[in-house]
Amino acid sequence: MATTTIDPVNERGGFRRRISRVLYQRPRLRLALLLGGPLTWLVVAYLGSLVALLVTSLYHYQDDPTGLVQRLVTSPSATNYQRVLNTDVYRTVAFRTIGAALSVTVIDLLIALPVAFYMAKLARPWVRRALVVAVTMPLWAGYLVKGYAWRAMLDPAGGVLHEVFGHSPGFGVSGTVVTLSYLWLPYMVIPIYAGLERLPNSLLEASTDLGAKAGRTFVRIVLPQLRPSIVAGSIFTFALTLGDFYMAQIVGGTTQFIGNVVYREFSANLPFAAAYATLPILIMVVYLAGARSSGALEEL
Amino acid sequence: MYVSRAARYLLAGFTALVLVVLYFPILYIARLSINKARSYAWPPQGFTLEWWRAAAHASGPRDALFRSLETALLASAIALVLGTLASFALTRHHFFGRNAVSFIAVLPIALPGIVTGIALNSGYHRVGINLSLFTLVVAHATFCIVIVYNNVAARLRRLSPSLEEASADLGADVFQTFGYITFPLMRSALLAGALLAFALSFDEIVVTTFTAGAGFETLPLWIFNNMFRPNNLPLVNVVATVVVVLSIIPVYLAQRLSDGAAGASGR
Repeated sequence: MATTTIDPVNERGGFRRRISRVLYQRPRLRLALLLGGPLTWLVVAYLGSLVALLVTSLYHYQDDPTGLVQRLVTSPSATNYQRVLNTDVYRTVAFRTIGAALSVTVIDLLIALPVAFYMAKLARPWVRRALVVAVTMPLWAGYLVKGYAWRAMLDPAGGVLHEVFGHSPGFGVSGTVVTLSYLWLPYMVIPIYAGLERLPNSLLEASTDLGAKAGRTFVRIVLPQLRPSIVAGSIFTFALTLGDFYMAQIVGGTTQFIGNVVYREFSANLPFAAAYATLPILIMVVYLAGARSSGALEEL
Repeated sequence: MYVSRAARYLLAGFTALVLVVLYFPILYIARLSINKARSYAWPPQGFTLEWWRAAAHASGPRDALFRSLETALLASAIALVLGTLASFALTRHHFFGRNAVSFIAVLPIALPGIVTGIALNSGYHRVGINLSLFTLVVAHATFCIVIVYNNVAARLRRLSPSLEEASADLGADVFQTFGYITFPLMRSALLAGALLAFALSFDEIVVTTFTAGAGFETLPLWIFNNMFRPNNLPLVNVVATVVVVLSIIPVYLAQRLSDGAAGASGR
């Protein structure tokens, strides 16, 4: 590849050369060519769909005057949103889901902090590299497979937990929270590990020199510096739990999350499903906007 | 900071325990796939290859495997092109709305899968497109773009622009510079991004539920549809093991190709 020669005679000619020159001289054109495809795809396929979903959520079904069939009313109204706010069951499900998302986030944070700290600050370099791979790999190994594995393990009749430890949370909200914490743990470990690795050791040494014990150094120095990393990790654990409905089906028994209600209503009453699905969107947009201002999105 | 010997051992032990918990469920299913008993009850009993033989001859899992491969290949190919273009645009150019574009690119994975799923479903419905392989591939490509983007952009940011400037100074045109300088330097990042996109698509079920045509069963869907039938559990164990292996291999390769944890938190 080093032997490419440029022929000065043809320097001015050649179609490719001319295009190249135009591209070189016009960065705006270059940008348009680069961005056109991906942006069109994302805006048309994705944003368009999101807008369509929001518009659909303003429709609602109404009883026909005969009372026999339901009629779709396409003039915009907040009927579905009112139903979400005024129905006990939908409120309960929403709070249960948010509670599960918070629980999963806190559990994962408590597990991830010591693990990430060990990886970044205590382990030898080769152990550290091996641990990064070991923690990351399970992320990609079958979301559904892992749910199924936990179904086998949580089963009160013959599952590992019951047989070996004599106790299993069984199929329900706690079983689902355990399974989801397991599923999303690496998403919390990796950003925190990355944040700790960037944290200069001299900072920790300075804290020790000034007389702080390990615990105090951790709370006063490490945690504040880690904030963007923790926010980045929590985006994953929180958002993924908020929208999950497969795990509630697999290990949740009769547990209903927002996703389960959306899934059930999806084929029967799409406008209502759409309205209910905006709940996680609203929560996440607020969350992401906050995360963006704290600079955590750079961590993703 | 000074960490006492006891605390060190405690942290090492805790990390080891977490690793055991991370891997046990996956290994347990692999063990069950060669289990004599049909149930998943503890402890496993004996060894047999009967279920692997049965799975090799069953048409359901095989069809599902081909569908998953088909979808993942097409989706990651599209994502590779679009994600690479986007990463060049966003790392090499500063323009109004740049942050908005990167925000839109992250949205398909930042928003819950069920939202992406029913949004795309109702989008297709509105335009009058029936669900098919096409709609599934479009959906998967949409959330895979950001994976490729992250990998390639990370590499481009580290790549010194002076190399490309030197190439231009020596008389190379834009295409020669790309072909001789830029592309070879980012080839492994492209491959890593594509592999991760493949793995993500291969494993996806939520968006798939809403964007695959009726009767179009990918491997994860097949597992879900069969895990509540006690008779099919041995086959589910085999298929589940295959899914794990097939999604781990591309990720492992991607890890080796990309620099450290760059691709790790890409999802």
